[in-house]
Amino acid sequence: MSKIPVTYKRKDFQSDQEVKWCPGCGDYTILASVQSFMAEMGISKEKIVFVSGIGCAARFPYYMNTYGLHSIHGRAPAVATGVSVANPDLSVWIVSGDGDSLSIGGNHLIHALRKNVNVKILMFNNQIYGLTKGQYSPTSEEGKKTKSSPFGSVEMPFNPMSVALGAEASFVARSIDMDRDLTNDVLKAASEHKGSAFIEIYQNCNVFNDHAFEQLTSKEGKVANRINLVHGEKVIFGANDELAVTIKDGEAAIVNRSDIDDSQIYVHDITKKNPSVAFSLSRLSHGPYGPTPVGVFRKVERETYNQDVSDQIEAAKEAKGDGKIEQLIRSLGTWDVN
Amino acid sequence: MDNKEPSAENKTVESIPAITIRFAGDSGDGMQLVGTRFTDTSALFGNDLATLPSFPAEIRAPQGTIAGVSSFQVQIADFDILTPGDNPEVLVAMNPAALKAHLHDLAPNGMLILNEDAFEEKNIQKAGYKVDPRTSGELDSYRVFEVPMEKLTKEALEDSEITGRAVLRSKNMVALGLISWVFNRPLEDTENWLNEKFKKLPEVADANIKALKIGYNFGITVEAFHHTYVVDKAKLPEGEYTNINGNIALSWGLITGARQAGLELFYASYPITPASDVLHELSKHKNFNTITFQAEDEIAAAAAAVGASFSGKLAVTGTSGPGLALKSETISLAVSTELPLIVVNVQRGGPSTGLPTKPEQSDLMFSIYGRHGESPLPVLAVRSPSHAFMTAIEAARVALKYMTPVILLSDNYVATGSEPWKLPAIGDLPTLDNNLTTSINTEEGFMPYHRDVNTFARPWAVPGTPGLEHRIGGLEKEEGTGNVSYDSANHQYMTDMRAWKIANIANDIEPLEVTGDEKAETLVLGWGSTYGSITQAVNRLNEKGVKVASAHLTFVNPFPDNTQDILSKYKKVIIPELNTGQLIKLVRERYLIDAIGINKVNAEPFTAQELADGIEEKINE
Repeated sequence: MSKIPVTYKRKDFQSDQEVKWCPGCGDYTILASVQSFMAEMGISKEKIVFVSGIGCAARFPYYMNTYGLHSIHGRAPAVATGVSVANPDLSVWIVSGDGDSLSIGGNHLIHALRKNVNVKILMFNNQIYGLTKGQYSPTSEEGKKTKSSPFGSVEMPFNPMSVALGAEASFVARSIDMDRDLTNDVLKAASEHKGSAFIEIYQNCNVFNDHAFEQLTSKEGKVANRINLVHGEKVIFGANDELAVTIKDGEAAIVNRSDIDDSQIYVHDITKKNPSVAFSLSRLSHGPYGPTPVGVFRKVERETYNQDVSDQIEAAKEAKGDGKIEQLIRSLGTWDVN
Repeated sequence: MDNKEPSAENKTVESIPAITIRFAGDSGDGMQLVGTRFTDTSALFGNDLATLPSFPAEIRAPQGTIAGVSSFQVQIADFDILTPGDNPEVLVAMNPAALKAHLHDLAPNGMLILNEDAFEEKNIQKAGYKVDPRTSGELDSYRVFEVPMEKLTKEALEDSEITGRAVLRSKNMVALGLISWVFNRPLEDTENWLNEKFKKLPEVADANIKALKIGYNFGITVEAFHHTYVVDKAKLPEGEYTNINGNIALSWGLITGARQAGLELFYASYPITPASDVLHELSKHKNFNTITFQAEDEIAAAAAAVGASFSGKLAVTGTSGPGLALKSETISLAVSTELPLIVVNVQRGGPSTGLPTKPEQSDLMFSIYGRHGESPLPVLAVRSPSHAFMTAIEAARVALKYMTPVILLSDNYVATGSEPWKLPAIGDLPTLDNNLTTSINTEEGFMPYHRDVNTFARPWAVPGTPGLEHRIGGLEKEEGTGNVSYDSANHQYMTDMRAWKIANIANDIEPLEVTGDEKAETLVLGWGSTYGSITQAVNRLNEKGVKVASAHLTFVNPFPDNTQDILSKYKKVIIPELNTGQLIKLVRERYLIDAIGINKVNAEPFTAQELADGIEEKINE
């Protein structure tokens, strides 16, 4: 990615379009965080593309003064793959929601992650369908009462971190709409990562699913329940740092620090090749209802799809020379008629 | 077998203008290979030719059954031909099932070559015969030649390194060798091909060559084969030729189209019969900067192509019927975002999974209308294998010039059939314009929906271009700015504009051409792969004195500007189609003409005679 010395301000990334989310929506905060980060990222804005599918979050590209493509429901990872592979020099960002990414677009999401296409996926998880006015989503909790589940949802929800890690995504992280510092840190780490990055951002839908993330955003919840994952540091949390995470027989567990020796506390390592530990961390919570890890779960180096595609093309040109139509149409053998 | 050199002192060679040969066997018997080899040798010899491969959808359908029969028909001629022939004059049947499946097509007194070793009781029953057809009298009206192909193969490979069951894999080469003898075709080309193909397995090449030769020598040795035939070189226009099938011609057309437009090709596809060979062919040619993307599904393939188009590639997604259905919503996105995109649909029998390896023209309506909302786009159809090359370039021209998705229709018949193609001079190929821009186009700044006054195309500003940052999407856009607009008058205007833009292309394409009798009162109008059969049928009728002419559409949407003028000159318009009547509906609706259909969907192309008879009947009605 070519970095050029551009000095941007947040307003350089604000488009002239009126933002039309509901007043109080978490999307506003995320938009502000992303616009601020884009100014900081240092990539010239004509090289930045925002691609989205359908849903409230998917309106995001219209509000970014970059290139943008608002596509169709669930397909943003596939569209963005085309954008990115066609021009590997671009910084390509996908903005999506839990329905868009994990329901209608689940297939595209896992394949983009598996292939390690150089796209950054921001999935705003509000655990509800907002734009269609309040049906349960694939991340809604079991028993959730909505218009389409008046007796309570009977579905077990996806754990988005587990899904991404199961697809062996090379970068996996979680943030929270209200926490702009954490969001900025995660965006920065993602932007520096080569390959696909999956970022779940807990996003409050104050109209259809208000207070869904209170356990992590309220004054008390914030200190009690957030498990901040920081690379190279012991995973300790709680109002008085009284809790810790251990990994025993490959399984993560929350323990009272008083019950163990500090040397037994898991020291977070985002670079582990095997995704099992990160996966195990993702199982510490099955939703924002109690202690929940946030931050970067995994960041490993592996070849990007874009690079491999370019390399094969270069190798073919090296071996065969630049393609010539004259040769192509004779490649099956010819004969002359005189 | 004795070591005496075979000889055929009393050999006679009869010169014939054309011959149609069909090879039929189990799907594991290598009939496609034999047919292709005989075709290529005949092409190199200088015959005109056309082929019709036909195979089951299963890779290895149950051995010995009718369902498992695979066949390859080729017509070679010393004159210009347009079809792979109606009824074969030679049928090679490798087992009873192949005989049962194909005998009814063999011309009276046709040459029937049977692999006698396969006519065991078990195989005869499996094919559904109650009694051995060789003794039942049902072969009496044919010239039957029984050849112990398996025994010969075993003999030939006695000293080979190939042993056991693998030996019999070469029996198809015995058949090829024998046919090569009967039709005076040299073996060298196939020997070279085998040596090249099995470069790393010389024992396999050797075994096949031995089998090929023993088949040829069997012809020399057995007196019954001493009357041989030769089809002379065809008097084709001067030039350099190659033998090409529709899928390869289409692939090369896409590569060339991109090159002529100064763009790079991006081809996204999900494997599907019979379109996969386009993906295979394009994947070989990365040195043209061609990117091939095997997507996770049909929708992703279309979506990635839209993304690549947004990034400035000549973007193409290829599929067959079921895949086109899945891509429908994404094609609508390309209509709305007005991005250039080629959607290749190699049609097959439908509905649903239908007949994956059989030809049909039943996606015409779906291609023109199969999207939600008012969603017009140009549709072109390939008429013969080699025609796919220029039609793919034409599809690229229209997509790029008018900023629109285009559907390019082929079908299993042209995709897998082959014919000689006179290579074009590269300098004669058209240069294709595009709407790429790097500059601001209005005083108010860059307007992504500010249109060209002639083509109504919007500018194509791709990411990476400074100062032209903009957002587009599937929500209705405001004319000019491209901003989201729910304004009712704007939606009416944009809907009309999208329709005008496509209708306007009618002025910019080849006019419809009429061939055949100038005094005809009947016109046969066709589209797509029926071209060969229609033209040949009309020629036959003209020779008989029947006054009839034909015209063939490449663009089925929009119709060329002169279509109305032409159709209005005729008292009768007959429209043959491999569907239950689709073009006919469009013609009736558009031109208020009481056109007459000739339709079938029996998994086979029209033969020329079938159409000639059908047309004559309709004329006399």
